[in-house]
Amino acid sequence: MKLSVWTYEGPPHVGAMRVATAMKGLHYVLHAPQGDTYADLLFTMIERRDHRPPVTYTTFQARDLGADTADLFRRACLEARERFDPEAMIVGASCTAELIQDDPGGMAETMGLGIPVIPLELPSYQRKENFGADETFYQVVRRLAAPCDRTAAPTVNLIGATALGFRHRDDVTEVTRLLAEMGVAVNVCAPWQARPADIARLGAAHLNVLLYPETGESACRWMERELGLPYTRTVPIGVGATRAFVAEVAEALGIEARMDESRLRLPWYSASVDSTYLTGKRVFLFGDGTHVTALARIARDEIGFEVVGLGCYNREQARPVRALAREMGLEALVTDDYLEVEAAIEAAAPELILGTQMERHIAKRFGIPCAVISAPVHVQDFPARYAPVMGIEGANVLFDTLVHPLVMGLEEHLLTMFRADFEFHDAAGPSHHGGHAPARAGEGRGAAPRPPEAASPRDISAKKNDAGVSVVWLPAAEQELRKIPFFVRGKARRNTETFAAARGQTEISVETLYEAKAHYAR
Amino acid sequence: MTARFPPPPARGCGTAPVLKERGQHEVFCGLTGIVWLHRKMQDAFFLVVGSRTCAHLLQSAAGVMIFAEPRFATAILEETDLAGLADAQVELDRVVTDLLARRPDIRQLFLVGSCPSEVIKLDLAKAAERLIATHAPRVRVLNWSGSGIETTFTEGEDACLAAMVPVLPESDARELVVVGALPDVVEDQMLGLLDALGIGPVRVLPAPRADAGYGIGPNTVFALAQPFLGDTLAALTRRGARHVPAPMPFGAEGTTLWLRAVAAEFGIPPEEVDRVTEAPRARARRAVAQAAETLSGRSVFLFPDSQLEVPLARFLTRECGMHAVEIGTPFLHRAILGPDLDLLAEGPVISEGQDVDRQLARLRAARPDLTVCGLGLANPLEAEGLATKWAIELVFTPVHFYEQAGDLAGLFSRPLRRRALLEGAAR
Repeated sequence: MKLSVWTYEGPPHVGAMRVATAMKGLHYVLHAPQGDTYADLLFTMIERRDHRPPVTYTTFQARDLGADTADLFRRACLEARERFDPEAMIVGASCTAELIQDDPGGMAETMGLGIPVIPLELPSYQRKENFGADETFYQVVRRLAAPCDRTAAPTVNLIGATALGFRHRDDVTEVTRLLAEMGVAVNVCAPWQARPADIARLGAAHLNVLLYPETGESACRWMERELGLPYTRTVPIGVGATRAFVAEVAEALGIEARMDESRLRLPWYSASVDSTYLTGKRVFLFGDGTHVTALARIARDEIGFEVVGLGCYNREQARPVRALAREMGLEALVTDDYLEVEAAIEAAAPELILGTQMERHIAKRFGIPCAVISAPVHVQDFPARYAPVMGIEGANVLFDTLVHPLVMGLEEHLLTMFRADFEFHDAAGPSHHGGHAPARAGEGRGAAPRPPEAASPRDISAKKNDAGVSVVWLPAAEQELRKIPFFVRGKARRNTETFAAARGQTEISVETLYEAKAHYAR
Repeated sequence: MTARFPPPPARGCGTAPVLKERGQHEVFCGLTGIVWLHRKMQDAFFLVVGSRTCAHLLQSAAGVMIFAEPRFATAILEETDLAGLADAQVELDRVVTDLLARRPDIRQLFLVGSCPSEVIKLDLAKAAERLIATHAPRVRVLNWSGSGIETTFTEGEDACLAAMVPVLPESDARELVVVGALPDVVEDQMLGLLDALGIGPVRVLPAPRADAGYGIGPNTVFALAQPFLGDTLAALTRRGARHVPAPMPFGAEGTTLWLRAVAAEFGIPPEEVDRVTEAPRARARRAVAQAAETLSGRSVFLFPDSQLEVPLARFLTRECGMHAVEIGTPFLHRAILGPDLDLLAEGPVISEGQDVDRQLARLRAARPDLTVCGLGLANPLEAEGLATKWAIELVFTPVHFYEQAGDLAGLFSRPLRRRALLEGAAR
């Protein structure tokens, strides 16, 4: 048993739903108990879809347990076939149905539904959502894709975009445009908006563009092996990656690498003097492997941040994340326990967190600026406006995304100049984080800065570990520390304590504080 | 002043035939109850023993509620737990011991069963007994099931409260217990009204702390503030307590009749209730009247969700002038809903259970002005041009008793007003 408070990924059948919902003409019959329909609202509410996910649930109840559940499943298949008239069906079990062993795949195949029926084996007690999506799409492709004549002009397939994917909708548009500018058309985009008939003609393309390894890699591997379709390894997130991607596609197709950079703004924005203050800002990244590796490179190479921690929640991508972390002199954090992520963030004391919905909440608790770069995300990260993260416009979007949460340059200078400023005490947080502002009522009476809030009691996480440092802050030093702007204070405190401990000092004076500052000056 | 409510219908729905359906249910399971119960019981921790699906459900239902101290979690069953059940019990002990060591402020621990734990017949009752032996008297350990195979949405609260009844002490005191978790503000209003009638002390179940400070016995009478408490009603009856049947306290009429029923039990005449409640009753009617301007004459179709559907339909038809096309409920408990059904004029289809696709076909044929349904259906129906009110909000928002009557009507009128606003702007 694993104690879990919040989960980064849902169960694998939710991954299968992401594939079914992304596609058209494909119906999913899911052997599942009453209540599992909750997953529908992820699609209708978070992604704001205007139709129900194409999923029929058997909704078995306690009284059905026994022979009855198999019959329920058969009936659900027949009714779904008749009511929705799909081109193909996928069938499988949720975690509970896996335990009652009705064999949905076997049953559905013997029913003579007259359409392709694809059984799914999704081990709910071992694997998670991304595996579910990847495996489902792989099974769909394996069953429906067939060798066929290549298109006369060079075309590619876009592989991996699903429902509930972080910015998948706009990434597909942006990459399609990027390819069009090279003179390359898209043969099939799948599973996003593909029909089973489209899956059948995947083999007509010359190259697969693997947009999201998490949800499309197995299918790409199979197509490489069985259909002789190579696939791209570079995910075009960031300027460098987009250029590398264009070069990779051009080489694979034997065409000229062309890229219209006239609308690319990130490099100049990043080079402009306004961005100088971004240099060396400490950033912590967490999310799915693909977005974390891409964003870590952007943060370091294109914006000039210092990456002080990175990790991912999906073990499937642990290898590339670990490799990149090593390259950056870090140890990757591969975990799906958000309390571990919280502890790692606290230890790294970053000035900016790039992560998921969970890291947004962790950031809020610590009062650290944060931007969302990866699923799982809430409704606000399925925006109405065009907001890709891939390609040229994606780079522009990411520059804004990464810079907006930070305190602006001039504001940062003023904070250092007037560090006793009552509006910028601990509890206030950055000025644009309204939630931290104190009640206005006290202002007229010249209220003193609100004392720092007592650290909230930690939930069920382990007791905080101060790395064995047992140094005491003298009152004057403590006072001086408080004059340091809050967004760098954590780092200053840690550095000073490490500095003192390394010298065997047990007390920290104002002198020690400035000695440490000089020592760590960059 | 007497109440000016429409006269009870010549023939109510008390004996109306019920359309019973089986098929795909588009509902939450009982685990969802944890989302509000853990806020109500401040020293309790809810440990779901289930799968990743359960954890994912709780998180999706709890939405953005990430608290500094979440007091619910899931012990996710893994492959190894399924291999041998003896291991699962040992594992559970380990998880609970860790949990209680980290959270010494917890006084009640609920082991909550799920579909997977029920299917593998993981005996949580036995686990609770064993854990009591280890952790009593500091922590009380109880178990209930919120599994989808047994419970629908609000039935989770019923299962939880029913599990708490047997451990309440024995008492001979003649006391009123009001059953059902209510928002604090509503609970205070209710206690104020009962106090003004001279009824007291009034006890509430669930109590905010493990030590409820009261007992149950043959002199206990109890009233339900929520309609979905069938098992809790049975558990209290088994302890000798007596149920005071009443319509649910929604709207001015529901609240008045609820108070009259409780007052009658304590020998207080209805005139006295009317005298005491005159001011809030008038306020409620004024507030409801505003929303009723939008709602009056409109039709409403309620999908099954929380068992609140029958009393809500009663409120909407009698106080807001709507007419009901279909009233779906996951479960129809006649001993509880009898008084509401009697007030509901004959006419609407009353359906119990669900076959969602058939129900959608009836909905599309009827094309009501307002559809009350879950979040999985709301946006797709809006896209079809049907105005919807998502039902979960009715459980999470203060809607009971007089002061909330206007808000309750407002929840239903807002989607219609919004629709008119956006259509007006489009022209």
